Amino acid sequence: MQWESWSAFWNMGGAGFFVWGSYGLTFALVALELVLVFQRRKDTVNRLLRWRKAVGRNGSGVGAGKESPGESRAIP
Amino acid sequence: MSRPDRGPSILRFAAPQNFYPLAGRLAPWFAGAAALLTLAGLWLSFFVAPTDATQGEVYRVIFIHVPAAWMSMFVYLVMAFWSAVGLVMNTRLSFLMSQALAPTGAMFCVVALWTGALWGKPTWGTYWVWDARLTSQALLLFLYLGFIALTRAIEDPRRADRAGAIIALVGAVNVPVIYFSVKWWNTLHQGASVSLTKAPSMATTMLAGMLVMAVAAWAYTLAVVLWRVRPMILERERHTEWVGAELMREALRQGGRA
Repeated sequence: MQWESWSAFWNMGGAGFFVWGSYGLTFALVALELVLVFQRRKDTVNRLLRWRKAVGRNGSGVGAGKESPGESRAIP
Repeated sequence: MSRPDRGPSILRFAAPQNFYPLAGRLAPWFAGAAALLTLAGLWLSFFVAPTDATQGEVYRVIFIHVPAAWMSMFVYLVMAFWSAVGLVMNTRLSFLMSQALAPTGAMFCVVALWTGALWGKPTWGTYWVWDARLTSQALLLFLYLGFIALTRAIEDPRRADRAGAIIALVGAVNVPVIYFSVKWWNTLHQGASVSLTKAPSMATTMLAGMLVMAVAAWAYTLAVVLWRVRPMILERERHTEWVGAELMREALRQGGRA
């Protein structure tokens, strides 16, 4: 064990700002990236679902008939 | 486009509809591995590795600085590799892979520059200096940002793919420049402490912490890139039946909110 106390640990021999500043930004960016990746997945799926509904209504083939907007709204 | 799906089983996954579910199955495992390795790496970094004789505690920045810098270079090379594969074989998925890699590579590049600055201040007395290593690493960030901006700015996805691939390939020349800059020029940045050709010049526990963090960064990159490429595949393949079926499953999973 390297540290006499938790305060010595956080102090990092006086280099706390540089060490925790490095680790802090890194983990903040990782968290942000994960949030953005999942957000983008949700957005894409919702946008494509709306798009398919719109295309289905125009009767251009994709999903016309059994995947009509009315029916998909009925899905619980 | 209409390549037959027969042939060696590994090539099966070059087809987006086969790769999509595989990516979804693999990503959580890589994410789990990344989390466990990060915990192990942090423990080694802060509680096992000793205080550095000359630099004191501030050297502990190394445990993210070096893995992040390695990753920023490696991800760019992988990006260039998939770009080349895409240009030569005309495989749609290759271009998507390189575009899914770019934000994570850029993130590691920012981390390498940021942690380097915070390490530089107490050890060199300055956050930044225009030496060859730092300048070429900054150029790498601009190459990432240029690639991202270019592929997003071009409307036609096929043209965006090709333009991005060319930037990725041309920019790859910068990666060996970064790596060897500390040898080729007289830089303020120190030389490599770890290389393939000679024994590492650091304590074993320090080296262990750094390598575990590097493997964690690998696993993290795999997870996040696989997660990122999945919606990109849905978007590109939206006219196909399998994406239609996949979207209906998603809608069910969301409880019909969409």
